[in-house]
Amino acid sequence: MEKRRYYIVLFALGLLAVVYIVKLFSLQVVNKKYTAQADQNAKRYITEHPARGLIYDRNDSLLVYNDAAYDLMVVPNELRAFDTSELCRVLDLTKEQVEKKIEKATKYSKILPSLFEQQISKEDYGYLQEKMYEFPGFFVQNRTLRSYPHPIAAHILGYVSEVNEEDMENDAYYQIGDYIGKSGIEKAYESVLRGEKGKRVVLVDVHNREVGSYDNGSEDVCSVPGTSIWSTLDLRLQRYGEELMKNKRGSIVAIEPKTGEILCIISSPSYDPNLLVGTARPKNYGELLNDPKKPLFNRALMASYPPGSTFKLANGLIALQDGIISPSTVYSCSGGGYHIGSHVVHCHNCGGLNIYSAIQRSCNTFFCRAYYNILSNRKKYKNIDEAYTAWLDYMMSMGFAKKYETDLPYELKGSIPTAAYFDKKYNNSWNGNTVVSMGIGQGEAAVTPLQMANMLAVIANKGYYIRPHVVRAIGKRDSLCTLYSEKIYSKIEPQHFETVLQGMKMVVTAGTGRGAKIDGIEVAGKTGTAQNPHGADHSVFALIAPADDPEIVIFCLVENGGFGASVACPIASLMAEMYLNGEVKRTDLEKRMKELSFR
Amino acid sequence: MNASLERKNSKGFDVRLIIYYFALVVIGWFTIYSTCYVPDGSNAIFDFTRNYGKQLIWIGSSLLIAIVILLIDSKLIQHYAYHFYIICLLLMALVLVIGTEISGAKAWIKIGSFSIQPTEFMKVATALALAKFFNEGKTSQEKKYTWLAALGIIGVPVLIVMLQHDAGSALVFASFIILFFREGLSAGLLILFLIAGFLAVFTLKFNETYAVALLTAVFIFMFIKDRTQKKKARRDVILFIVSIAFVFSVNLLYQNVLEPHQKERIDTIFGKTSDPKGADFNLNQSKIAIGSGGMFGKGYLKGTQTKLKFVPEQSTDFIFCAIGEEWGFMGTLVVFYLYLALIYRILSLSEKQRVPFVRYYGYGIAGIISVHFFINIGMTIGLVPIIGIPLPFISYGGSSLWAFTTMLFIFIKLNDN
Repeated sequence: MEKRRYYIVLFALGLLAVVYIVKLFSLQVVNKKYTAQADQNAKRYITEHPARGLIYDRNDSLLVYNDAAYDLMVVPNELRAFDTSELCRVLDLTKEQVEKKIEKATKYSKILPSLFEQQISKEDYGYLQEKMYEFPGFFVQNRTLRSYPHPIAAHILGYVSEVNEEDMENDAYYQIGDYIGKSGIEKAYESVLRGEKGKRVVLVDVHNREVGSYDNGSEDVCSVPGTSIWSTLDLRLQRYGEELMKNKRGSIVAIEPKTGEILCIISSPSYDPNLLVGTARPKNYGELLNDPKKPLFNRALMASYPPGSTFKLANGLIALQDGIISPSTVYSCSGGGYHIGSHVVHCHNCGGLNIYSAIQRSCNTFFCRAYYNILSNRKKYKNIDEAYTAWLDYMMSMGFAKKYETDLPYELKGSIPTAAYFDKKYNNSWNGNTVVSMGIGQGEAAVTPLQMANMLAVIANKGYYIRPHVVRAIGKRDSLCTLYSEKIYSKIEPQHFETVLQGMKMVVTAGTGRGAKIDGIEVAGKTGTAQNPHGADHSVFALIAPADDPEIVIFCLVENGGFGASVACPIASLMAEMYLNGEVKRTDLEKRMKELSFR
Repeated sequence: MNASLERKNSKGFDVRLIIYYFALVVIGWFTIYSTCYVPDGSNAIFDFTRNYGKQLIWIGSSLLIAIVILLIDSKLIQHYAYHFYIICLLLMALVLVIGTEISGAKAWIKIGSFSIQPTEFMKVATALALAKFFNEGKTSQEKKYTWLAALGIIGVPVLIVMLQHDAGSALVFASFIILFFREGLSAGLLILFLIAGFLAVFTLKFNETYAVALLTAVFIFMFIKDRTQKKKARRDVILFIVSIAFVFSVNLLYQNVLEPHQKERIDTIFGKTSDPKGADFNLNQSKIAIGSGGMFGKGYLKGTQTKLKFVPEQSTDFIFCAIGEEWGFMGTLVVFYLYLALIYRILSLSEKQRVPFVRYYGYGIAGIISVHFFINIGMTIGLVPIIGIPLPFISYGGSSLWAFTTMLFIFIKLNDN
């Protein structure tokens, strides 16, 4: 009997052991969820945000750099009871806000870190870092913020902001809380500037303290810093232009004609790009958006202006190319202007003049007649539609009525109507005189300042342009970006540009633009006064310098500035002086221009 | 009989038991080292401020104890069994007066920087006293008296342990049921005992209403079956009433006597609460540790759950987590093999004894080691409620290692006669 009980004891213990081993087998070998849970407990994935690429000007001056910032992150699954009131006190939040933020984070992911509070101050960062063990589930992540040493070129540099859901859908690279370029160079070169995010796997203990890297960092991936960019902008010229345009509305665009590189692009009023950085961004953005002066509106690329008399240059070129006139063709200006029935396009009884003098004196009659003759050329064109379309083609070949689609933000194409538009408007009954005001840059034609500057580049290059762009080199200052280097030829033959340039030189030496003269530099120019139905005329000036081997073309438009000669002309001239000489000697003029105000 | 003569009579100390003992102690030390290991810090082996350093002292002193036991005359052990029992009882009582409380149980006597837990030695003493009592009691032929007195020998220390709020250790004394069973406790009583256990679990898992309903159903069935036989019918009625009373007393005990944390542990095991961040955090983390070990483990010193302190009491009560995590199911099997082989060896050697005293003692300690083993591992994997008792020979702790060493080597010495 005793022996039997011995076996019963052995059997009972054995049975128990079998139950345990089966349970352990299922726990350790069959069930995989515990492995995942252990990882989730101990591993924390920290995203290493690379420093965004820097942006320099063409002379290696820094335009955009990075500043350190600290984000408080939360992992909802790791949250345990913590002192909410203490967190509220440190971050200056209400209890409801904290709950809402946690709810939002939980909705996004329970196990991935979410942004809890962005850009906490250095002081709060230091304080929280010491007390992190009291807030399990929270940790601080370093990142960088854009910063601008000079408060200029806001429109072109653009800005970065947190990604939205659409950004995340379009590119899986982005996660909640990441930053992305939203406009300007930041947007156009996002993939270059952003670099590659890295990943660090660290071990955290039960008290939420980092205790080291996981498996000696074998799963870590280093972040790759963003690549720096050298812009075509000239810091000094850009800054100078913005100073000159203070208290004025308008735009200055300067291009290096040989390369299509934009030397400066000013839209006034502007804003300090530093306003759109950091936690103050939403508030500042709202204020800028609601500002009646529209500082966010980039006039250089988006505003459509009547080009005024500067448009005569393009029309003169087309008339020469089409053989309507030759350099020696003389038209007579008398009787107060160009008469169309009872309607008169006023002029100053210039007398008989050729194209040189017509440009020099900005004769309306000459260019109305030339324009009328282009559209009435029935030897070449069957009807008005064909003639007008051919003229529009010439215009487009010089870069009007289209976008350049380079690296500029939100560019618009202005508007020059098509023949079909006029067919409809005038019920198929129209001729050259119907639209003749476009011959002198008024009427239906509307162009952007950038397009006008580009037209000047075509003249300076005697026939072609390179699409205007704002980035010169990527990675290294001398590794020039060749993306936009194609020469786009206009339909005008080179010799005609000589003629127009000659006229433009005369504008400055003895014509309407004498104010553009710069000692030691031969300047070519053209004034313009764009009629403005809403108020005082816009002052316009087009400038090419030096005239024989152009290094810069400048288009300047000051809204409500009146005559081209009085405001835009001296401003453009000062800009050219600054760029070509490196300094401005005409300080009285400079002072006067800076003090002018049209608002 | 002098020592040299005795040596000649000796069949030699049982080598297997000694091998199992050393294997478990060595596994224990390495596991303790792993649980204290700081990945980027200093881990000098002889750092006596750390648990693994201290455990070296406990192991060293345990070996001294083992040698002393092997050298003394085995007759003295039987002779002084009651004295040892009384001394331990007195120490236990002393704890009630001057004891220090550690994690809820007032079971420790603090001497300098060391703490001693007399309960651990009480287990050995009770095993010895019971063995001696049975050895003498058999001759008296008064069976019923024998069982009651034996229960008394167990009951007194249990009472004191309960007073120390150390319910886990009290449970260990139930292990003597194996000895009782082997020595002729009637199967009927044992079945009654098992039914009581089942009823208690049923009541705690569901509630007393369901338990009463179940009992009523069983009673009606039995009563109808036995209605013609008056004696059996009367037995059914008595059993029914006693069972109902038992169910209500279990419930009363649970509701009014148990401490809140003990209730929580019971609730956790029966799945009544599920809050991985709160009450059953420890159990959950323990299961994650063992479960994440997989087949072959994460490798020595590479367990994240234990290194990063997600598992509580990992060098003492939850030490099996570190083994499960770092050595996987294979490590689990090795540990199971060593314990089962040890227990089997003690039982089979016990059966071969010419002196019943040694058999009684062998069954007593086999029961104690078994209960420690199954409860300790069972709680880390959620099979039994969390009860703070160490894993014999492996867990960190001086009292525990000394007591289990004493326990085993007394058997080795007695077996050698």
